[in-house]
Amino acid sequence: MTDTALRQGAPDRTRVITWLQDYGVYAAVAALLLFNAAFTPHFLAVDNFRTQLVQVTPIVIVALGMALVIGTEGIDLSVGSVMALAASVVALYLGYGALPAIAMAVLAGALVGAAGGTLVAVVGVQPIVATLALLVGVRGLANVFLPQLKEFTNPTLVALGSDSVAGVPIVVIVAVVLTAAVAFLVKRTTFGRQLVAVGGNRAASRLSGLPVRRVLMTVYILSGMLAAVAGVLATSRLQASDPTSLGLFMELSAITAVVVGGTPLTGGRIRVLGTVMGALLMQLLQATLIKHNLPQSWTQMAQAVIILAAVYAARERR
Amino acid sequence: MSVSSPVLEAVGALKVFPGVTALDRASFALGQGEVHALVGENGAGKSTLIKVLTGVYRLDEGEIRYRGERVEFSNPLEAQRAGISTIYQEVNLVPQMSVARNLFLGREPRGRFGLIDFARMRERASEILRGYGVRADVRRPLGSLGLGAQQMVALARAVQADARVVIMDEPTSSLEPREVDKLFRTIAELKAQGRSVIYVSHRMEELYRICDRVTVLRDGRLVHTGPLAELERLRLISLMLGRDLAEVAAEGLTKFSGQHHSHAAPILQATGLRHRHVLDDVSLAVRPGEIVGLAGLLGSGRSETAKAIAGALPLDSGEVVVAGERVPGGSVAAAIRAGINLLPEDRKAEGIVPTLSVRENIVLAALPRLARAGIVSEGDVDRVVQKFMRRLRIKAAGPGQRVSELSGGNQQKVLLARWLAMNPKVLLLDEPTRGIDVGAKAEVQALIDELAGDGLAVLLISSDLEELVEGSDRVVVLRDGAVAGELDGAGVTEDKIMAAIAGDNDD
Repeated sequence: MTDTALRQGAPDRTRVITWLQDYGVYAAVAALLLFNAAFTPHFLAVDNFRTQLVQVTPIVIVALGMALVIGTEGIDLSVGSVMALAASVVALYLGYGALPAIAMAVLAGALVGAAGGTLVAVVGVQPIVATLALLVGVRGLANVFLPQLKEFTNPTLVALGSDSVAGVPIVVIVAVVLTAAVAFLVKRTTFGRQLVAVGGNRAASRLSGLPVRRVLMTVYILSGMLAAVAGVLATSRLQASDPTSLGLFMELSAITAVVVGGTPLTGGRIRVLGTVMGALLMQLLQATLIKHNLPQSWTQMAQAVIILAAVYAARERR
Repeated sequence: MSVSSPVLEAVGALKVFPGVTALDRASFALGQGEVHALVGENGAGKSTLIKVLTGVYRLDEGEIRYRGERVEFSNPLEAQRAGISTIYQEVNLVPQMSVARNLFLGREPRGRFGLIDFARMRERASEILRGYGVRADVRRPLGSLGLGAQQMVALARAVQADARVVIMDEPTSSLEPREVDKLFRTIAELKAQGRSVIYVSHRMEELYRICDRVTVLRDGRLVHTGPLAELERLRLISLMLGRDLAEVAAEGLTKFSGQHHSHAAPILQATGLRHRHVLDDVSLAVRPGEIVGLAGLLGSGRSETAKAIAGALPLDSGEVVVAGERVPGGSVAAAIRAGINLLPEDRKAEGIVPTLSVRENIVLAALPRLARAGIVSEGDVDRVVQKFMRRLRIKAAGPGQRVSELSGGNQQKVLLARWLAMNPKVLLLDEPTRGIDVGAKAEVQALIDELAGDGLAVLLISSDLEELVEGSDRVVVLRDGAVAGELDGAGVTEDKIMAAIAGDNDD
């Protein structure tokens, strides 16, 4: 008996780590839910769930795009500014109606993504530098278009932010649909497979005839569009366009969600559902601590611990 | 036959990975002052043995003894501190740091206040490296040196540490012949000082030149250990392969059948390929069913010729024609559409996608053909993967296994499968058997032969002259980016190729 125990000592540890990498984030979300169900009064109320989900929606949508970019061994720091740009563009075009305004905002996001994609794929600038430039510049652009906060009363846009269908807020439905679409894109399409290959080994992908530039370009455009959608949803919920502070530090929340969800920063692998769970975990953690009257500083430190745990688990894979 | 007092020893070593027994109660003993060859096919357990000896892995059962005492190194650093240095196949130093810093990494000469004494470090570094024939500014980053020079720095570093045992894993794979001589001299010195060397290599001549004893592993088990000089070369190979001696003798050392006569018109015609400083008017043609060898020294433009034909190297002038149609230059996708597929030289850097499975790696290039409206048809993918895994006898736990977990030979087969799935007309193979073990080498060679037999045009680049001579119907020899000669039929011999490379074929 000791014999076999000895033999299995090492693989057991590997197995635990592998399991944690694959399911750790789900287990953590489940554990937090159970804890709250037991110890937090009124946590299981429908209203509370709705609030949590609505709050996490923009992060989830931005993180989906971020996961795609990180899958190619890149990073997109411009997402928060793109949200702000989307907010100001919506305000500018709201006179033509809600739908044209939303379309223009998403187009603006795509254009910013195309700029980032061009810098990365064609010019060859490192993603972190290229998108850092956009983070600064696009925030400025958003403020040029709309210098200060502007409230609106367009009924369609207001409804988008506050209405529900069968009890589920529209913004949450949008996030679910986008998650399913991105998961399908990654798992089932040629583009998705090529994307992870480009992230896993760019030289090999090029020599295998993959359209590397086009893949990179598309990835940044998608990230920009998703960030713009998140910006529109956040704006519709606020019932005001706020290009100065909307989406501040969103790039960090999105990267956190992706990393905690188990997608390695080294590219070549994307976990879509894990990313959503990563965002949910951070949100739940914050809500839990707030409901137990712990200060914001505790939340930050608890989040740091989770990020470190995720990075540690990922490190063990090699 | 055992060593009287081994320096380093593994006894009844067992190491199990999920699904594989990498070491199956293998034993190994390294005597003091000996150079010990460790051989076996890929997957025989050599790397695992080295890793348990140096603390990378822990044994599941059995023990490691170092200088007579049982040891358990928990990481490579501990093993290194105890006096076991390892030089890996891939240089594992810090390319961005200076040569001098790399040489002294972790044991820099200290001055006052415990700060690094840079002046002394540089002086010592140049002195040491001169002894290895490396004349370089030691302040330059290591990465700016050639691969061979980097390998020498790694060697110098390993030897400088007070190592009693130096483990060398395929140390000559990136060295020029001149550097190999230096390496061997260093090994002789180590031996004279009573230090021991474990030498892992696939190159038979090297083993017989410098090793005293040999240990042969197969499927994680010890199959032979003893003095090398008493062991015939054929016998050693048969031990490694687990095959009959007579069989090896009858089949020769490579798996090529010889000639495929073909009189058809060339399917690949490359004319006047030029790329500044690299290619100077290279022309060649390959017929369907023909294997054309491309010989030349490192830097003679062999790989560049292949890359130019495959569209991965832009051309200043020249054209590539496949089956009568001109292939637009500078585009890999266009070359692939025309039926030209390149198996690149550097399997790890340019071939496999390590994060993906065997399955995804095989269909990587063929994906657009296995998809409808951009959506991948999993059924079609499975069919293709199954077909080629069976046909090329790819050994993996299943199509879902990560490709990075396979042995080098099987990774190479995965890459071959990636191209065969494209129904190629022309295969450009750049060093298809480098760094893979004897058994897999034979299989890959047999496969190339079979593919040519099926009518494919093959351009075979190899530094292994034996392989070129036995495998090729014709050989084109390159020198300094230009064609230096072409050998045909009975004219294809090692001597003639070497003469053409050397440039003294007067015609």
